Amino acid sequence: MSTVVAVSRRSLPVGSVGSHAIGWWGMICAVLTEGALFGYLLFSYFYFAVQPRQIAFPPELPSLWLAAPNTVILLVSSVAVWQAERGARRDSWLRQVVGLGSGFVLGVIFVGVQLLEWQSRPFGLSSNAYGSLFFTVTGFHMAHVVLGLLILLALTVWSALGYFGPRHSAPISIGAIYWHFVDAIWLAVFFSFYITPYLGLRHGP
Amino acid sequence: MKRFFLGDLAGPRMTAAKVGAFLIATLNDSAAHAAAPLNYLTGHGVRSRPIATLTWALMIISVVVVVIIVALLLAGLRRGHGFSAPAPGTQMPVARPPGGASWIYVGVGISTLVLFVMTVWTVVTLAHVANPPRTDDALRIEVTGHQWWWEVRYLSPDVSREFITSNEIHIPLKRTVEVDLRGADVIHSFWVPALSGKTDVIPGQANRTWIEADKPGVYRGQCGEYCGEQHAHMGFEVIASTPEEFEKWWNSQLEAQPNASSELAEAQNTFIAKCGICHTVRGTRAGGHLGPDLTHLISRRAIGAALLPNTRGHRSAWIADPQHLKPGNYMPRLELSGPELNAVSTYLDTLN
Amino acid sequence: MTTTELDRVPELAPRDYASPLASKLERLWATKPGLIGWLASVDHKEIGLRYIVTAFVFLLVGGVEALIFRIQLAWPNQHLLTPSQYDQLFSMHGATMILWYAFPVLTGFSVYLQPLVLGTRDMAMPRLNAFTYWVYLFSGLYLYVGLALGSAPNAGWFNYVPYASRPYNPGLNIDFYALANILLGVSTTLGSLNFVVTILHQRAPGMSINRMPILSWGTLTISVGNLFAMPSVTLAFFLLWLDRQFGTHFYSPPSGQPLLWQHLFWMWGHPWVYVIVLPALSMVSEALPVLCRRPLVGYTAVALATVLTMVLGFGVWLHHMFATGLPNIALAFFSAVSLFIVIPSAVSNFAWLATIWTGRPIFNTAFLFFVGFIIVFVIGGVSGFMTGSVPADWQLTDTYFVVAHLHYVLIGWNLFAVMGASYFWFPKMFGRMLDERLGRWNFWLMFIGFNVGFFPMHITGLLGMPRRIYTYPDGMGWDTLNLIITIGSYIMAAGMLLFVVNVFYGLKRGVIAGPNPWDAATLEWSTPSPPPPYNFVVIPTLASRTPLWEERLNEGPYRSQLSEGTPLDHGKEVLGTSSLDAQPNVILRMPEDSIVPLLLALVLTLLFAGLIVKAWWLVIACLAVGLALQLAWLWPRVELRERRP
Repeated sequence: MSTVVAVSRRSLPVGSVGSHAIGWWGMICAVLTEGALFGYLLFSYFYFAVQPRQIAFPPELPSLWLAAPNTVILLVSSVAVWQAERGARRDSWLRQVVGLGSGFVLGVIFVGVQLLEWQSRPFGLSSNAYGSLFFTVTGFHMAHVVLGLLILLALTVWSALGYFGPRHSAPISIGAIYWHFVDAIWLAVFFSFYITPYLGLRHGP
Repeated sequence: MKRFFLGDLAGPRMTAAKVGAFLIATLNDSAAHAAAPLNYLTGHGVRSRPIATLTWALMIISVVVVVIIVALLLAGLRRGHGFSAPAPGTQMPVARPPGGASWIYVGVGISTLVLFVMTVWTVVTLAHVANPPRTDDALRIEVTGHQWWWEVRYLSPDVSREFITSNEIHIPLKRTVEVDLRGADVIHSFWVPALSGKTDVIPGQANRTWIEADKPGVYRGQCGEYCGEQHAHMGFEVIASTPEEFEKWWNSQLEAQPNASSELAEAQNTFIAKCGICHTVRGTRAGGHLGPDLTHLISRRAIGAALLPNTRGHRSAWIADPQHLKPGNYMPRLELSGPELNAVSTYLDTLN
Repeated sequence: MTTTELDRVPELAPRDYASPLASKLERLWATKPGLIGWLASVDHKEIGLRYIVTAFVFLLVGGVEALIFRIQLAWPNQHLLTPSQYDQLFSMHGATMILWYAFPVLTGFSVYLQPLVLGTRDMAMPRLNAFTYWVYLFSGLYLYVGLALGSAPNAGWFNYVPYASRPYNPGLNIDFYALANILLGVSTTLGSLNFVVTILHQRAPGMSINRMPILSWGTLTISVGNLFAMPSVTLAFFLLWLDRQFGTHFYSPPSGQPLLWQHLFWMWGHPWVYVIVLPALSMVSEALPVLCRRPLVGYTAVALATVLTMVLGFGVWLHHMFATGLPNIALAFFSAVSLFIVIPSAVSNFAWLATIWTGRPIFNTAFLFFVGFIIVFVIGGVSGFMTGSVPADWQLTDTYFVVAHLHYVLIGWNLFAVMGASYFWFPKMFGRMLDERLGRWNFWLMFIGFNVGFFPMHITGLLGMPRRIYTYPDGMGWDTLNLIITIGSYIMAAGMLLFVVNVFYGLKRGVIAGPNPWDAATLEWSTPSPPPPYNFVVIPTLASRTPLWEERLNEGPYRSQLSEGTPLDHGKEVLGTSSLDAQPNVILRMPEDSIVPLLLALVLTLLFAGLIVKAWWLVIACLAVGLALQLAWLWPRVELRERRP
């Protein structure tokens, strides 16, 4: 004997809810492919770094004066965005707006400091291979930060307008995933360009 | 020995016969080589022979696999229990007969075994041919790939015995020749099918390959990586001869050209003025390095990177309009007058 | 008040495509009439067909390119084309076929079929789906604008540096190629993302991962593969463009690394080979069993083999670089992986053979194409096996043997499967059958033409004919074979032409197909042909892989529920289900038709036009407009439950 399966009659949420939202899935996929992009960028960097002729790498170790504090700023901004997400879940308008807003401001500071860092470099994009790598990889990261900032700005405005609440927090969660991703990528870039030379991947002739 | 050209046989109807004939001809290395100078189904040296054997083994296995699979497929179709196309929407019987999975087990099992054997064979062959068996008495040359010709420098511990030639490599029999590959512009690939597989010529990267011939002969080489408009005409020749003949050739190539006799002085001056910026003739003021060294041009078998036989007519045609014979190459049309052309040709005739 | 509901128990309704429910869904989902409506459509069936038609147009264009240079190669010492024209033609032929035909045609089939075989009503992101199509179309037009301006790519489809860098290639040729590829990369990546989400999140209830059609396994596998592979080539082209236009030092000596290009290119390029064949293989695995009147032999093995092929496909890129002077240990390793990647293909191959042997085949055109496919599949497979062996490859690489191999793989594995799939799914798409008599002619001309045209290339390759030469001298042993190749290519083209004729004939005069002309087993055959805009009037619930064959196969205690289900008619709604066991967990709201995807695609293309002419003001303007459109696109909307009402 065979039985026809019953159609599920469970009560279901309607619309974009948390990890059931299409956008959440889409963002996870986007982060995977963007992560791969940075994987290939860093592959290119290390490909140059391990060549027997490292003619284009600067002899001095990279300065951490600006980059290290800037890394902390970016990490703190991630915490702020995380708080905003919690705020949305707990229906706290203030935490939402302040979290997103301060995440945005910290991100802007990061961009400012990074511009100073760029300016302090004695070489440019087309000076040599190291310059091309450094500015292209950090430039790619910067572009992602700027996109993240635009997302945070939009989310801040929408939060301030009272669009989101416990049942409508998917856009904030999705934006937050992207922002955390941008921060995580920075750690990888920072490690590659600033830390590995200190660990013995010495450049220069 | 009968010379064997595939193209000599009659029209397309004869193809199967021709291919068969070629395969038989491969049993006789020289015949195959004459019929298809770039073929690599026959090896002519200690490096290319194991590769040819491996290639044949792979090919035979491949043919056997294809035959077995196609036979199984056709047998499956001819079992006579299928349907011819029924009308759309007709309900047809459906069943899940047992026994299918064993096909996968058996088929994949046998495939894996074959792959394993061939992987071992591959790695063993690789180890055997990657590096030359002995290098203590190896001849070393440096080959530079240019768009679209080959510069060849013969190296020697005695620097005074080094010289540069182009598009023609002479090697002594049964002696390893190590070839250092240098890229002048874009990526090329050094390939003499009868003697060895390809090794890319990459600017900024020092690649090395080796060749060794065990029968005297002329082996054709060709650029194996697309490198621009005249990739098609970037050939060269490797000429294997006895050590004595090779030594003689080397010594003759070392000689500089004497200053032209008085009746040729005019011709030489024209040559130096028109050609000397790009070409070198040792012993004269022609010292350019953009094009091939022409010091012993007449001793070579071909011109234009194995484009044409080296005859006076071809040389004149080339000088008159290199862009016609090899469009896009870097030798410009010089717009020589009739007497100038004649002078240059006359001078070239003396470069023996 | 439906706009405020947060949770809902799905209603139950009978399956009736003539009911008021059906007309309500029709109103909700139908593409609006008129040109604007057509341009704004987000219906996956509409977009899927656009993909297929566009890809076929590129196939014909790429084919004509090949027919032109085959005349040049038919005899030795021909000068019909100048070297420069020949180089552009063969580069365009390769790029068109591999990038603008082979993958997009499979995308088209997937976009059309996936929601239908999964039992849902649209792709997860319908507007994104429209966007990816438009970007694909514009990227192809972008490339062909280059050709029209005499600046088509001329460095081959794999575009090796330094030949492709500025000192050796000063025109805009390579810039057109690089930027068109980046544009196409955007489309491919976003399209893949859409497939992943759709397949993991929108399968019909009960379609657990092990009941998913092989077709979906193929698309899911290569989509995930694309997410990881695409950035490599997009980056490679971007860095090349920087090198060419901004003087960076990635690829050009002395400080650049020419081999970095090859690594980045082939780390994408080899996975890509599988990306453009695995969905085709999975179409065969899906359709062949129907025509053999039995379920596929070894479903699990074939599904896992598909995934394994993709995974291994990321580990063999070096076999395109055997001659570049790499260390022997790397050569040995990559050679071994390249040989062993044959195993998963062998799994599929023996599964098809067993399916034919233990089934009872229906001898129609689709089946003929699948049989032809298996034959060329094996030939293409063994020639790949030969080139996987390093020492042999040192001889074989860059000769016509490789040209033969890659055409057996790309035409054999892709085009023959696509042709079979076209005969198989055409009735679903248009409600009419393709003609069988024309079909047989079509098959035999293509099969004979293909083998006459491409098999001799193995031999010219073994006789040392290098690829990418615009002409060749006589006396090399290649003459007669090349003439035969040219004749074969024209026979094959005639077969292809017959297919076009058959399509037009089928559209007008084809026999009415009915919902399930092949008496097939999967969900797409449970809806009318062509399917209504909403696909399914009620969402089915599955109990097996073969819902329409359950009674006859009589396996297991449970049967799928197709005759009633949830109607989801409170707007454009679909069911979201869990990834592994496909339990319903959300009712998703789908966006309306929108012209924004087209506008955004236009803006993006305009931006790329700005890049090629270096009109920075245009680039900045496009960025600004693009961001504004993005904001409009993403603005949280009440009806999608993205904001408080």
